[in-house]
Amino acid sequence: MNELDQLYQQVILDHSKRRIGSPLVEPEGGHRHGESHQHNPICGDQIRVRVELEGEKFTAMSWEGDGCSISMASASVLSEMLPELTREEFLDKLDLFREMMRSKGTMTPDEEVLEDAVAFAGVSKFPARVKCAMLAWVAAEVAMLEAA
Amino acid sequence: MTGQTGTAEALTANEVARIKADFEILEHQVNGADIVYLDSGATSQKPRCVYEAEQHYYENANAAVHRGAHTLAVEATDLFEQGRETVAKFIGAKTNELVWTSNATEALNLISYSMSNASLGRGGEAAARFRLGPGDEILTTELEHHANLIPWQELAFRTGATLRYVPIAEDGSLRYDLIVSLVTERTKLVAFTHVSNVLGTITDTRRFVDAARKVGALTVLDGCQSVPHLPVDVKSLDVDFMAFSGHKMLGPTGIGGLYGREELLNAMPPFLTGGSMITVVDMEHAEYLPAPQRFEAGTQRISQVHGLATAASYLDEIGMDRIADWEEHLGELLYQGLSALEGVRVFGPADAKRIGTVPFEVIGVHPHDVGQFLDSRGIAVRVGHHCAQPLHRALGVTATTRASTYLYNTEEDIKALIEAVASVREYFGV
Ligand SMILES: Cc1ncc(COP(=O)(O)O)c(C=O)c1O
Repeated sequence: MNELDQLYQQVILDHSKRRIGSPLVEPEGGHRHGESHQHNPICGDQIRVRVELEGEKFTAMSWEGDGCSISMASASVLSEMLPELTREEFLDKLDLFREMMRSKGTMTPDEEVLEDAVAFAGVSKFPARVKCAMLAWVAAEVAMLEAA
Repeated sequence: MTGQTGTAEALTANEVARIKADFEILEHQVNGADIVYLDSGATSQKPRCVYEAEQHYYENANAAVHRGAHTLAVEATDLFEQGRETVAKFIGAKTNELVWTSNATEALNLISYSMSNASLGRGGEAAARFRLGPGDEILTTELEHHANLIPWQELAFRTGATLRYVPIAEDGSLRYDLIVSLVTERTKLVAFTHVSNVLGTITDTRRFVDAARKVGALTVLDGCQSVPHLPVDVKSLDVDFMAFSGHKMLGPTGIGGLYGREELLNAMPPFLTGGSMITVVDMEHAEYLPAPQRFEAGTQRISQVHGLATAASYLDEIGMDRIADWEEHLGELLYQGLSALEGVRVFGPADAKRIGTVPFEVIGVHPHDVGQFLDSRGIAVRVGHHCAQPLHRALGVTATTRASTYLYNTEEDIKALIEAVASVREYFGV
């Protein structure tokens, strides 16, 4: 696979179109929820992420955004993964995802932990695109803290 | 302007190939493909003679200018002032009407801060026409690069003046018809771009200048995208000020210029102050040199000036009218070629005079993904809002992909871009 195809894996292209978890939905009554709007001033990509928690557990993530296929696919993949995770499990995955993004293509990610998000491994070879992949994750983290 | 000279022979493909060979970087490959550089709107590549001139300066004449009597200082000062003469002539200005700045952004801020200093009373009565206050208006346009917008927003905040703008129509053309009603006795300054850095369209400067003259308002032209690509003569444009950047016209980074009418520059209070811009200093005050030194505080950018002057001579030798014609041709190929592609939307009025700058959208594919795809084929374009968010908002998009040419671009470069853009949608499955 050439570098471009590694960047734009089929999983990413599919998710960028399906946009699972978008648009935003109103939080269910009784659940704690938080919201975060993140913006990449360099390219104008932006995303609004809303998460819901019951106790320690995420119950839902929904989002709305405007951006490149990498940032939109990343939000889609994350909103598929997030429900049922505990806060701690999410933070572990976030750490690993961030580590992968900073690896400049040297890390073989653990598919057990990162699930579909391993498809973003190729992004780490393109430093200018790392922010795109991180945007939804950062928004989800801030939204989670908001909900606390 | 372009295409109107009639006398000049058009550049031939052979000549362009020879010109291209002066640019070492264009012989390189990126991602296994020959580089196709279509991002000159952001910054131009440099011919060997420009950085060799800088090297020559460091090897033979390096010293601080306008200070000290030793031989090197004299040689450095000569090169610095000769550079001013060359570049001033290149834009049709008198030598002492060209102030060196870091870039166009600093040149525009220089006017903005000098005017707020005048508004605080600095410069006395001589500077009265640069004063602004509540009730006064600054007029700009919706087309502007942020560098020709934010300094005026800030000036308005600092002085209490009001900022107004000439809007654009749906196709991105300026609403010239509104200028007469927007320029009133309250208007003190009219700032507008000569060429849009996004749309590549050439402004009908007369419309602004005539309206401003009628009410005695100052005119500021953003020449960033015109000085590199068109023959520019500040006297026939009849503007009061013009800002431009060296790095977009084959020169080094870190050097730009502000043209100002002699009598205006000499009446303006300084912006940056310190060494090299004074006559007599005591512990309470200082007297200032006339322009241009008044605005050149501190140790100057000497190698950059020499590099930029070398770039201007290089352009002059080829002929700005011939360069403008060639780029008009490339711009036409770009506009027509991209417009003909299915699923591609080109921005900007179809019938406008433009340089070789064309922004577009591949429907269903984000500009960043378009740019990444093109990069994998060695093609460099700019994606994003190109420092013109209000313009993009008016066009109803957050970002575009922009191809922009220069004298070293060939018809093959345009063909390579159009072929690559034609396969973007298939790659992304839309
Ligand atoms: C029209 C226009 N104005 C101003 C600028 C600012 O130039 P610089 O960043 O060199 O100061 C640019 C360059 O990006 C431009 O294209």
